[in-house]
Parts: sequence; C-alpha cells; structure tokens
Amino acid sequence: MSNKKNKKLSAAQQEYQKFAKDREPKRPLLTNCLHAFIAGGLICTLGQFFQWFYMTYFNFTEITAGSPTQATLIIISALLTSLGVYDHLAQWAGAGTIVPVTGFANTITSAAIEHRSEGYVLGVGGNMFKVAGPVITFGVFSAFVVAIIKIIIQKLGGI
Amino acid sequence: MLQGHQSWVFDKHPVIISTGVAGGPFEAAGALADDFDILHDDTWLGQESFEKAEKKLLEEACEKAIDKAGMKKEDVHFFLSGDLMNQIISSSFAARTLGIPYLGLFGACSTSMAGLAVASFIINAGGASHVLAAASSHNSSVNKQYRYPTEYGAQNPPTAQWTVTGAGAALVAAAGEGPRVTGATIGRIVDLGISDPFNMGAAMAPAAVDTIEAHFRDFNVDASHYDLIATGDLGRVGHNIAGDLLIKHGVDIPEDKFTDCGLLIYKDNQPVIAGGSGCACSATVTYGHLLNRMRRGEIKRILVVATGALLSPLSYQQKESIPGIAHAVVMEREGD
Amino acid sequence: MEKYLIAFVIGGTICVIGQIMLDVFRLTPAHMTVTLVVTGAILGGLGLYEPLVKFAGAGASVPISSFGNSLVKGALSEAKSTGLVGVLTGIFEVTSAGISSAIIFGFLASLFFKPKG
Repeated sequence: MSNKKNKKLSAAQQEYQKFAKDREPKRPLLTNCLHAFIAGGLICTLGQFFQWFYMTYFNFTEITAGSPTQATLIIISALLTSLGVYDHLAQWAGAGTIVPVTGFANTITSAAIEHRSEGYVLGVGGNMFKVAGPVITFGVFSAFVVAIIKIIIQKLGGI
Repeated sequence: MLQGHQSWVFDKHPVIISTGVAGGPFEAAGALADDFDILHDDTWLGQESFEKAEKKLLEEACEKAIDKAGMKKEDVHFFLSGDLMNQIISSSFAARTLGIPYLGLFGACSTSMAGLAVASFIINAGGASHVLAAASSHNSSVNKQYRYPTEYGAQNPPTAQWTVTGAGAALVAAAGEGPRVTGATIGRIVDLGISDPFNMGAAMAPAAVDTIEAHFRDFNVDASHYDLIATGDLGRVGHNIAGDLLIKHGVDIPEDKFTDCGLLIYKDNQPVIAGGSGCACSATVTYGHLLNRMRRGEIKRILVVATGALLSPLSYQQKESIPGIAHAVVMEREGD
Repeated sequence: MEKYLIAFVIGGTICVIGQIMLDVFRLTPAHMTVTLVVTGAILGGLGLYEPLVKFAGAGASVPISSFGNSLVKGALSEAKSTGLVGVLTGIFEVTSAGISSAIIFGFLASLFFKPKG
C-alpha cells in the first residue's frame, strides 16, 4: 500500500515523507495494547456478569441473555458519554473502548448530543449515525453477502 | 511597496495601537494566561452552541481592541477576519455585530498574519487610517467539523495538537503609539504529500520553511536581524521538523531565537500532546504575549510566521494530501 | 470464576487486535470497526463464531465483531424457515436490542445532556 502511494508522489515529496516519518514520535504500541487488553477485557467481564445476572434473576437462557446484556452495556456507555467521561477513558484505553459494543453506543450518543444545537430533527436525527454509519452499513451488507453465499453453497451441496 | 518577489515593505510604519485577546478555560490554565485580556471558565461562554461561543470570543477580542484604543466601532474603516468554520461564519457574524466594512479571509491557522499583512498594506497605502485584523478558533467547534464529536472516544496519537479556544484582534493605524509593522511576506502553498490530519505539524513545516527562506531572500536579511522568529502552530513535531529542514537548507536560526506559538501557550502538564493549534494560537500569542514583551522592552524586532493547513474533511476523504501555507509579518518597536 | 477469566482474556485479545489495526496499520477507528464486523460476519457464516461465543461468553459477544455474527445468524435462521426473503426480514432479528437501545438512549441523551467540550 505504501508503494502505491509513493508512485503518486514526486521525488521531493517521497524524500520529505521519510524525513517527517523519521521525526514522528513513535506510538507507544506495547503500552496501547496493554491498556486496550485491560480495558476491553474488563468491559467483557462486566458483560459476563450481566449475562449471569439476567440468567439468574430474570429467567433468560444463555442465548437470550445476550440482548439485555448488550442493552445494559449500551445504556452505561450512553451515560458515561453524556457525562463527558467516556472520551477520557478512551484516550487511555484506545481500542479497548472502541471495540466493545460500548464503543458503538458512544459513537451514536456523542454524535446525538453534539448536534442538538442544530435541532432534534435535522441535527440529532440527521447526524446521529455520522460515526456509526460505516459499522451498520458494512455489517448489514457483509451479513447479506455471507448469508446468500452460504445458502447457495448449501443448495448446491444439496443437489 | 513590493519587496523582492512576494513581500511588502511598509515604509510608513503602520502601528498596532491596541490589541484584544480572549481565551477559554484551557488557556486560562495555560502558561500565558496573564497576557489575555479576557478569560472564560466556561467553554460555552453561556451560549447555545460552540459556534456561537466562538463568535462571541471574536466579538469580545475585537471590541476590547477598539475599546483599549479609546475609539468607537464607527472609527474603524475595515475589518479583516477569518476562522476555521465552514464559510468562516464566526468572522461573518462577528462582523454583523461590529458593523464595520468587512473582508473575510481563509488561511486556516495562518489567518492572523494574513490579516495583519493585508491590514498593514491598506494602512500603508493610505487606504484607511484604522483597520482591525482578527482571527478566532474554538476547540469544540473545530473537532465537531473536522474530526469527531467532542465526546467521541477516539485515541489521539502523539502528533495530535490541541486547538486553542480563543480570539486575537489587532487594531492597525496610520499614526499612534505601539509596535510597528514594517514588512510582510505572503507565502505560497507547499504540499509535500503529508495526508494525516492528526499530524498537522509535519504538513505545515515545509511551508513555514519556504516562507522564512523567501522572507530572508526578499529582504536580504538573516536570522540575526530578529530577536525572535516564531511560527504559528507547528507544535513539537512540526517545530522539530522545521528546525531540521532549515539546517538542511543551510538557513541558520539559533534555537534560542526560534520558537512556536503552539509551544508557548500551554503548560507542560496540560493534555495538549504536541502543542496548541488553530487560528487563535498565533493570534492570541502574538497579540498578547509577544507584543507585551515588545511593549515592555524585552524584544525589539520579531518575525511571526503563522502556518496553516488548508485541508477540508472532504479533501481528506478523497485521499488528497494536506496543502500547507505560511505568512510572515515583521513587527518592531521604534525608538531607543 | 473461570468463565470470567476467559471472557476477560478473549475480549481483551480482540481489543488488542483492534489496537494493532489502529497503531500499526494506521486504520481509522471506523475502518477498524468495519473490519471487525465484516470478519465477524464471515466467521459467523463459516460457523466458527458460535463456538467462540460458547467458549468465551461475553468475551466474544460484547466486541463489535459479534454484531456481524448476529446479523448473519438472524439472516440464516429466518431464511431457513421462510425462504430466501428471510435473509432480508431476519437480518436485524438478533441485533435488534442493541441497535434499538443505542438509538433510543442516544436520542434520550440529546434531550438531557450537552457535550462537555
């Protein structure tokens, strides 16, 4: 991918790219991965607790407990986002707060509260999916493609 | 008057008779808080949106500058201003409040010096006796437009900078007391292919170097002519790159003379990563801190090179790189 | 207790994969989450994600990759019972709680909260 980029750049630009890259402060990869591991792991552990909670006290099964668990985590994330806490956690946790479903709720909530100044219909309604849009679009489309392919393969296998 | 290829010399020495500098809570906690005329502890300034808050900051800075000169809005002939908002609405709506004949500018973070250069040219050419030049930015309105919603949980890399919430205005006049504007160099776009919007410093550094070199060439001077050469908002990363680039090009600027407004404005313990940025960075630091130092007699002649990254969120999505630009203005104290 | 530890480790590992995508491959958060969702969908189609959920519990069902798996699961199960159109009608069946609550509580938040800046 870097070679394809380089073809479009002149020699002077390529030289500067290297010059700038050499002087770019390196991202603390190991630290970031450690933080992501801890934060993401903790959020999943919390999810595990909610699953047990809903199975024990509300007669959900292992399969059906997933829905209220996700909803609970989403509500917590929406609240932390609204209180202005989530973005500070995220600077530390990196992917640890982006990858879990709490990250998804954060994208929608942060966009919703941000655009209230433009009104509820056009502002909140129109901008809510600004950051979450790609996940929904590609999630649905890839599921569609995968499902169709699987069905076709199964049908062909049946013949 | 034209000087060299892309510079102006202001032989009539337009004078900055007053300045107005406003800032937000981060700036109030920063290293240069004493050089601000107005500081707010509420980043909303009690307004309904970040955009309205930015407009209010700009109005305050402008009204302060006019007030400190003992003048009224009606005495100012022209208002030159710019900011980072789409269609520069902060400046346009501030202009609506001020009611002064208005020219909007867009130079991203280089707007402060672009405005000062043009304002000084107008004064020097006898096109006005009083011109107000200003620039503003707001951390939240910039994030909302260019990056992510302010409460979104993205992790900023070590090259990211913190947009200054503030506004700086300078009232330039044909006569009066104060620091003089004696020259300016208008920069051209320099794009060396950096496309990472979280690394503005690297994108703008070549433009700063290009303009500094052009300035030295046009005026036939070198760094020894100045007590201080300050770039607008290259930040830690860009300042470092610019320093190395200048050495590579054989231009010698001693480290104790070469600084950056983005490095001066905040304290080390503030979470600003690579330093301050935004139109208000160069505006508030120059019109507040640097000119205060000049007024106190600490420095005599400075060159401020405001740097701008002229991308838009769309250009980035369309895989364009970031065009950089830098404008330089010479300010000096007369007498002694 | 063991279930909690496994959830922690597997969930943490998926997040580390995401972090590597951010820092090493320089993907944007959007590109990274899209990659994880699509991967989840593909693994779901291959029948590999369900065993992971059985093993790791919330460690596999909380990360966004499970979203892709759930979408595929919904599509396939509905297609099994009502034919090909089931792919369209069933896709959001399993994920409905997640998406609905995100929208509802996101909107509610906009009624009561302002961003802190």
